[in-house]
Amino acid sequence: MAIKVVKPGLSTTVQDLGRPGYYHIGIPVSGAMDGLALRVANLLVGNSEQAAGLEAAFMGPELQFDADAMVAVTGAELPPKVDGETRETWTSFLVKAGQTLSFAHLKAGARAYIAISGGVDVPVVLGSRSTYTLGALGGFEGRKLAAGDVLPLGAGALVAEGRAVPATLRRGSTPAAELRMMPGLYWHRITDGAQAGFFEDMWKVAPEADRIGYRFRGGRALEFVPREPPFGAGSDPSNIVDACYPYGSIQVPSGTEPIVLHRDAVSGGGYFMIGTVISADMDLIGQLQPHQKVKFTPVDMDGALKARHDQRTLIQAIRAAL
Amino acid sequence: MRQGTPPMSSRYSFGGDEHLFVECSEAMSLEAFFRSLSVTKAVREARIKGVTEICPANASFQIKFDPDLISAADIQKEVQAIEATAGSSHAGLKTRIIEIPVLYDDPWTHETLLRFRDRHQAPDKTDIEYTAEINGLDGLEGFVKAHSGAPWFVSMVGFVAGLPFLYQMVERRRQIQSPKYLRPRTDTPKLTVGHGGCFGCIYSVRGAGGYQMFGVTPMPIYDPNQKIKYLSDFMCLFNPGDIVKWRPIERPEYDAIAADVETGKFSPVMKSVDFSLEEFNADIDGYNAKLTGTLHGN
Repeated sequence: MAIKVVKPGLSTTVQDLGRPGYYHIGIPVSGAMDGLALRVANLLVGNSEQAAGLEAAFMGPELQFDADAMVAVTGAELPPKVDGETRETWTSFLVKAGQTLSFAHLKAGARAYIAISGGVDVPVVLGSRSTYTLGALGGFEGRKLAAGDVLPLGAGALVAEGRAVPATLRRGSTPAAELRMMPGLYWHRITDGAQAGFFEDMWKVAPEADRIGYRFRGGRALEFVPREPPFGAGSDPSNIVDACYPYGSIQVPSGTEPIVLHRDAVSGGGYFMIGTVISADMDLIGQLQPHQKVKFTPVDMDGALKARHDQRTLIQAIRAAL
Repeated sequence: MRQGTPPMSSRYSFGGDEHLFVECSEAMSLEAFFRSLSVTKAVREARIKGVTEICPANASFQIKFDPDLISAADIQKEVQAIEATAGSSHAGLKTRIIEIPVLYDDPWTHETLLRFRDRHQAPDKTDIEYTAEINGLDGLEGFVKAHSGAPWFVSMVGFVAGLPFLYQMVERRRQIQSPKYLRPRTDTPKLTVGHGGCFGCIYSVRGAGGYQMFGVTPMPIYDPNQKIKYLSDFMCLFNPGDIVKWRPIERPEYDAIAADVETGKFSPVMKSVDFSLEEFNADIDGYNAKLTGTLHGN
């Protein structure tokens, strides 16, 4: 059982829930940027939530199936078509042997997740099938898909067609305009005024937004607390002695454009960070389009944990509904 | 800049709800690096429930935890207790020294640096010429001597897969320092030997970069397909705490090693060593000579 890539889309990669455990040698977690959407797509086609699917950024691929398979598309609103006939998102549908799955134009969100019954069966590398393109690791030959690729599928029973996530539990096509972050790390390096200004200003997603990180612009430059550069840090006020970058951390090179590191994060470097987007809001970033407006809001640890709890409650509700 | 041992009082902060960040020192020093290394080693050995990743860095470290399994307050308490006992008690290290052949001033980084001259501090000089000048070194020869004369510590592995950050094992006044490019390049040849701030590095993969470029090594340090013999056990060569000794080579030897890597005949020169920070500090040049002597000794 396999699917042939007729057209790859813009940037389509094999992803599962990621490859934790190797960040200390620079290998990032990778995995679906909207992890919740991939979990749900897998549930819809009867896969385990950890199965590998396809993450298609901004544009869908065209895929030809050599066997019957159940398929579901979640996350961004990227309407699927089977031999040209439209199917619902967030709903399981059958693709028969010989049929072609393609997509209409993106309507909302940024990344669609395509789950296929049996899962995409590329080799497991360091515990995961996720693609880390910068390191040419995992996924299909360590890279995004190209025309002519043939992706092996695992064995999976066909669940019922038409299984759907209730509309109230769908998330992805209406991404938040608010990202909650916990100030910390090198937050003390900027002035009180800059700290307040960071939350007051409206930011916009820059075109440089990918799996490594999302860049934002439009807010005021951050003003630094004066200091004597520590040995080894570099002379720019935004420089630090190279340190680890947490997944979700917000670095601001030269104090101008914040970058939130995501699933294929560079694991460390010499730019200061003002804090970290909370774990519950990381999936939302994967659905932000360039030019979209975003505000950052501060939360403390309790607020972050409450959001984390809410996120878990949502997954449990979806599991129960299916 | 101040000399001497910086005061060690670590700063704790949280990176969101899943990361504990500990800065051993704002400034880089071997003492700060050893603290990061020894505390992270002790945390690893403590096998604290809920800890999922332990990442030592140059003068800091990061611990990823699952807040559903351990609270933020508890992980901080556990790590602080470990730091109090493991912090600086034994500044010794069982490690290995690895020899890395380097072709300095090579054609590939030269071609690349010419393409990005508009992003450099000194557009009319090469990266080596510029770095030699601001460090008071006598041209290419003086530079190579200063760069390859003493060994370097791998003080952190990261940025991208398997990339070592290297800290020169000499007194601060002799350490080579150079700024990063004014704006990062979009391209760096694979296996480029680079330098930014006081840190050296080897680019494990081709890609963007902002460090000055000094040369290339023919010896791969990362192989995601694990086809290279010495990377078949694990795809990344380096761990924090490894010691690196550069060996300058010329083009014919570069080509010979590259061919041997291709046919599986090359294996790196590396030896196990016990490193003592105390003995090192007492006689840096003498201790380094002993260390590097083990590479081709018995």
